Amino acid sequence: MKLRRTKLYLPGNNPNMLLRGHLFNPDGVILDLEDAVSMSQKDSARVLVQHVLRRGDFGNCEVAVRINGMDTDMWRTDIEAVVPCGVDGIRIPKVENPKDIVLMDEALSEIENKAGIEQGKTLIFCLLETALGIWKAYDIATASPRIAAICPGGEDLRADLKTSRSDTGEELIGPRRMVVLAAHAAHVDALDTVYAAITDDEGLRRETEWVKQLGFQGKSVIHPNQIPVIHDVFTPTASEIEKAKRIVDAAKEAAEKGLGAVQVDGKMVDKPVVKRAEYTLQRAGLKQGGDA
Amino acid sequence: MAINAAGRNVPDSIPGYGEVRHFQGYDKRPPEGARHGKANRASFNTRIDKTLPDIKSAIRASGLESGMVVSFHHHLRNGDYVVNMVLDACAEMGIQDLVIFPTALFGVHKHLTKHIESGVIKQIQGSVNGPIGRLASEGGMQTPVVLRSHGGRPRAAVSGDVKIDVAFIAAPTADRYGNITGASGQSACGSLGYAHTDAEYAECVVAVTDNLQPYPVANTQIRQTWVDYVVAVDKIGDPAGIVSGTTRVTRDPMRLLIARYAAHLIESSPYFREGISFQTGAGGISLAAAAYVRDAMRERNIKGSFGLGGITSFFVDMMKEGLFERLLDVQSFDLDAVKSIGENPNHIEISADWYANPWNSGCTVNMLDTVVLGATEVDRNFNVNVNTEADGALLHGIGGHQDTASGAKLTIITTPLLRGRIPCAVDSVYTVTTPGEVVDAIVTEFGVAVNPKRQDLIDAAKEAGNVPLVSMDELIEKAEQLTGKMEPVEVEDNIIGVVEYRDGTVIDVVRQLKKR
Repeated sequence: MKLRRTKLYLPGNNPNMLLRGHLFNPDGVILDLEDAVSMSQKDSARVLVQHVLRRGDFGNCEVAVRINGMDTDMWRTDIEAVVPCGVDGIRIPKVENPKDIVLMDEALSEIENKAGIEQGKTLIFCLLETALGIWKAYDIATASPRIAAICPGGEDLRADLKTSRSDTGEELIGPRRMVVLAAHAAHVDALDTVYAAITDDEGLRRETEWVKQLGFQGKSVIHPNQIPVIHDVFTPTASEIEKAKRIVDAAKEAAEKGLGAVQVDGKMVDKPVVKRAEYTLQRAGLKQGGDA
Repeated sequence: MAINAAGRNVPDSIPGYGEVRHFQGYDKRPPEGARHGKANRASFNTRIDKTLPDIKSAIRASGLESGMVVSFHHHLRNGDYVVNMVLDACAEMGIQDLVIFPTALFGVHKHLTKHIESGVIKQIQGSVNGPIGRLASEGGMQTPVVLRSHGGRPRAAVSGDVKIDVAFIAAPTADRYGNITGASGQSACGSLGYAHTDAEYAECVVAVTDNLQPYPVANTQIRQTWVDYVVAVDKIGDPAGIVSGTTRVTRDPMRLLIARYAAHLIESSPYFREGISFQTGAGGISLAAAAYVRDAMRERNIKGSFGLGGITSFFVDMMKEGLFERLLDVQSFDLDAVKSIGENPNHIEISADWYANPWNSGCTVNMLDTVVLGATEVDRNFNVNVNTEADGALLHGIGGHQDTASGAKLTIITTPLLRGRIPCAVDSVYTVTTPGEVVDAIVTEFGVAVNPKRQDLIDAAKEAGNVPLVSMDELIEKAEQLTGKMEPVEVEDNIIGVVEYRDGTVIDVVRQLKKR
């Protein structure tokens, strides 16, 4: 299982961040050619990102590039520039049409072919930043086997929904639930949008706990200081791990004895409980976050 | 010329400095001579008021003449008015060729440029931060600046290497008979630790105050027995430049990352135990490291013995919380520290001599478990530069760097590997301030290099599992990969700065920058 608790955005025009972002140990980095880069810097940022990708020095991070939208004439230049340098994935903004994903899939295959990269290796992460994108979430998530995750938008989505940011975030409850539903129906990850208040660690923790409860696997991150908080929420605690171990062991024993269900700590353990316990152990088996 | 124990090529004699005693190793120079004090004087009840009407009267009364040595302390930092005030008066009185012996100069002392150019000031023996250092680097001084550490300076004064003729002591509160405290007054600065040696050893001592109070003042830090004259002026400083408000921990992620690694290293070491003593600077990374260590102390229920050095609200709060028994304070950095030193008997003022002089019967740095320090550059041999920047300009003093590094059982240098496009880990530092033999670890965002001499620390860090260990060679290679090799600094032969080690030997020199 690939951990995607945190995906740190790194501005594509900032060499300092591009070279050092992985040091904060997010599960993934997103080298951003889209919103972080002004129109006048698009070309230079693309060249810079190419150079940084060729160095290939990102520790254990999953590396993605957020390209410019498929409604612009830059997306093809972007993927032609970065895919041959070796990226784990492409993050596409403002996806709302599954046909675009098919087009992207073909374009990626062509580039992979030319560059001698294994077919299908380059994953796709979709940002659903409009009402239509959210509505079509399942169709988008199943439009290509390359899709690794779908993510709801933040500000763009609010604007499209003709609403604004509230303290409770209630305006995005529906879209978030739809993304979780579509993602798990399509067997891809559901990754939440960024938390914009970068100095509000408590608020970040509350929101992360909430989206974890909804069924998200992680969040996008705009500031390195957010990483330890999010990892802390998404990493099982010692007692959760202990309990999960007991459940998995009990289930194994029951299966060996040919029993259907068993009790752990006085509670019936059936299949979904075991499945959840296995998921906990998978998450726990991997590295600690925000730290060496 | 000789290659000294830090690998530096230093001449045997330096114009304007004299014969050089070469650095032989951090503990190799045996002390010489005895303590040099001031001449005895008698006082009777016929003179019970030491006040004089103005600075010029005090200069006259002190016997200050051209060519003498005048000392100042830097507790008023960038808010200080006293140094400029005294030298303006000297200039007006036609005094020339002074050697000034400040503990440190700051940006506010850019004002002295005209006195350097006109010959009122011949030499500076003290830390030069900022503009005066720049002036010296460009060849603007007649004789080299002599840099000494917080412990090296009192050693020089006490041993007679430097004989202070007149000490002007900025006094936040004083009485007419010369008792001084830094704990109160509009210019309160807390500890007066750096001024003690000057008061005790200068031939004549003048207190300059903007808060003259009835005799005797409370919380006396510098005693009447040392002080010859008192001058009241309108203001000795600008409170905004003297102390900051509450010192806050940085949120800069890179600094926090480095600080976290430093804290992990401390926690993994054998010194992280009940009774730990600890010093950090007030800089971003150091303070953040202190914050992580504090959290670990809380978590593991560990209580420290003392916090040392420049004291901030952060350490004050740790003591209040019971995480330190005492604070030993040579310099109070913020308002909370000033308040605390005036109120809390466990917050103790110490002099620079007590703090760090290697030539007394025991200074506090020797009792220190761990210290977190900064650097402008570090090198393959763990040598540390804190004096010069990448362009070769002399911009910073030594502070307590050499002293605490020498005394502490665990000396940690924190530095980003890159500052912009400038590498901070290099083959050989431009200036050696602190020799690698007293440095235990270099902590950067790209990993932690532990001095191979400290296999015990390496083993402990490996066992802890959360310290990303790398070799110094790897750090230097990484920096070079990212930035390319730096062009060497182009310099003239002229020596503009002499870096003394704390024992009075010369560890390195700084040369004049070539004009571009």
